[in-house]
Amino acid sequence: METIAKQEFTITVYTENQVGLLNRIAIIFSRRKLNIDSLNTSPSEVDSIHRFNIVITETEDVIRKVARQLEKQVEVLKVYYNTNEDIIWQELALYKVPTDVIAEKVSVERLLRQYGARAVVIRSDYTVFETTGHREETDALVEVLREYGLIEFVRSARIAIIKASDGFHTKINEFENQQPGEQVFENEYLNNGQKVFTM
Amino acid sequence: METLEIKTAQNTQTVAAVTQNISGSEILLKGLIEEGVETIFGYPGGAIMPIYDALYDYTDKLKHILVRHEQGATHAAQGYARSSGKVGVVFATSGPGATNLITGIADAQIDSTPMVCITGQVFAHLLGTDAFQETDVINITTPITKWNYQVTDASEIAEVLAKAFYIARTGRPGPVVIDITKNAQIQKVDFEGYIKCEHIRSYRPKPIIRTNYIEQAAELINSAKKPFILFGQGILLGNAEAEFKAFVEKTGIPAAWTIMGVGAIPTNHPLNVGMLGMHGNNGPNVLTNECDVLIAIGMRFDDRVTGRLDKYAKQAKVIHLDIDPAEIDKNVKATVPVWGDCKETLPLLTQLVDEKKHSDWLAQFRALNQIEIDELITPELHPQSGEITMGEVIHQLNLLTNGDAIIVTDVGQHQMVACRYAKFNHTRSNITSGGLGTMGFALPAAIGAKFGAQDKTVVAVIGDGGFQMTIQELGTIMQSGIDVKIIILNNQFLGMVRQWQELFNDRRYSFVDITSPDFVAVAKGYYIESQKVSEREKLVDALTAMLNHKGSYLLEVMVTKENNVFPMVPQGCSVSEIRLK
Repeated sequence: METIAKQEFTITVYTENQVGLLNRIAIIFSRRKLNIDSLNTSPSEVDSIHRFNIVITETEDVIRKVARQLEKQVEVLKVYYNTNEDIIWQELALYKVPTDVIAEKVSVERLLRQYGARAVVIRSDYTVFETTGHREETDALVEVLREYGLIEFVRSARIAIIKASDGFHTKINEFENQQPGEQVFENEYLNNGQKVFTM
Repeated sequence: METLEIKTAQNTQTVAAVTQNISGSEILLKGLIEEGVETIFGYPGGAIMPIYDALYDYTDKLKHILVRHEQGATHAAQGYARSSGKVGVVFATSGPGATNLITGIADAQIDSTPMVCITGQVFAHLLGTDAFQETDVINITTPITKWNYQVTDASEIAEVLAKAFYIARTGRPGPVVIDITKNAQIQKVDFEGYIKCEHIRSYRPKPIIRTNYIEQAAELINSAKKPFILFGQGILLGNAEAEFKAFVEKTGIPAAWTIMGVGAIPTNHPLNVGMLGMHGNNGPNVLTNECDVLIAIGMRFDDRVTGRLDKYAKQAKVIHLDIDPAEIDKNVKATVPVWGDCKETLPLLTQLVDEKKHSDWLAQFRALNQIEIDELITPELHPQSGEITMGEVIHQLNLLTNGDAIIVTDVGQHQMVACRYAKFNHTRSNITSGGLGTMGFALPAAIGAKFGAQDKTVVAVIGDGGFQMTIQELGTIMQSGIDVKIIILNNQFLGMVRQWQELFNDRRYSFVDITSPDFVAVAKGYYIESQKVSEREKLVDALTAMLNHKGSYLLEVMVTKENNVFPMVPQGCSVSEIRLK
């Protein structure tokens, strides 16, 4: 049963790699004045097929309509959307901190250890650390490091993988193996049970 | 080094028999011919000059209609596509040429009209430099095209054009823009022949048909006591008129149309109960909220059709047949979604449904429509005194054309009146700007419609406001010698806005009083036969003279100034709250 309340959804969009497609995808959200919380694009496991991860806070009703309008685009193969319960996700964060502070204060080192941070670059003037995790985790370290002269902070978009063991891969391959002009035999009603929502 | 040269020479020799070294422009024109294009609507300019130069040698195969404004080219291409079922083709130059296409492209997108627009673009090395007549056509047209692509190399042209036609005409049709930089138009490349596109990896034009949904739909229909069919343009676009007729006649279910779907079955068919929506008929609107099963076929529940959504057919189970999965549940939640091309789904459904007659239920439609006829339609179509009404012009036109003409309408009061009262025996006969409501659509669309259906009489019915928006296309009529009949229904007002101001803004007539030039004199300036009529006694003769005239003709009819289009479902009201006055 779908809920009326807004919640975080991760939309996974499989596309061909073409100039201008990012804009075509983005305007489907901006047309409805929806704010994109996070957007990542990368190659997928399927040859020359790209994968967008888009995070958005909305009601399922709106997400479903948006997903269908995304899938309608010529260069989009498939669109899936999931709640946070269905997925494993990570974000990468980089923190630039003055090296002298790190060197002097033992407590900083302990903190970094506690947050699982790893040094990427160490220079005499600054050190860059990285962490991966959920937003709350990377945000928490920002708050802590602010007291120690945090120079710069950047966080990547969310990347997400589905918990169900076969993931999207089987479905994408099914789609790819169809004869021209046919649509894969599936839709949201069938897929509810598998934690993979699709049309 | 030597061997390499020899190798290259050998390759060239073997390929030379089948390949030609020709310009991108020529490849484009050869491709258009391969796609069966005969007519192009366009306007030249700097960035598309190489294509026009190539066209000079192809005028025996490709007829180019020079419009007077690029917007006119898009509407003409739409009219052509809508009357012929083929893809409309437009040429325009970069910058202002391309931006002038926007309204027509948006109109084609919302009304699912297959169209391919070719725009010239500045040289590839100038892209992004604010070069003369450079605009970012791809990004401007992205939200209003089914697909668009910028070509910067001649070697891409054939494949991209093939893809464009495939995308424009398959699935739910729509407009495609190909932006071609000038260097790609000039560049010569080896051309090995044009291959039509039949498959795109990421694109599935038709969803697969789910037989379990067909079965569920048939079950609902067979057990329904008060089933009701709503049909839209999807039937026309799918060429499924015969399949639809078979379905309607077997089930005996009353069927009502959207203005985009009218003509899918003749307007006088015994099961055709009339028009849906804001200015639709009494029966279909009121009974939408009494039916038990609503069968929507190739229509998208536009807000002008549904009125207030939370009071729309809440009692009914909804079966929605559509080729576009994004339309299912978009506005009205479907109990049974029947995805697919209705040309394929309708016969499957017809097989499973029982042969029935719903005489009592049909009689309810007739009874409610009779109230409308008595109270509203008869006085509108047969006024005994006073000025000419819009309705009686359409009524008299029906009597003269017997429902065989193509009627092209603009937007506003005259559009609603024409859609309500025009009789159609054939499909693809009502051409109007439905979704976008583009004033200025009718005149250029009528030109295109005539090119697309040369054996038909094409009558453009236009208001005095809309006519002045694309009045320059009279020049296109003059130059092309096309035979289009034009009726201007002149009420000296922007009538529909005036009607709303009267009904909802306390008659505060804010900027709806529009003056017009002497239309007869304007027509004369373009060498188009013309006359003006304001007396009832002269109307039929004037219409007859117009229809009998060989060549284009403009008839200006002075009609009642402050007539309102009724019935009306006021905005924000339920369809069952339809007002007859």
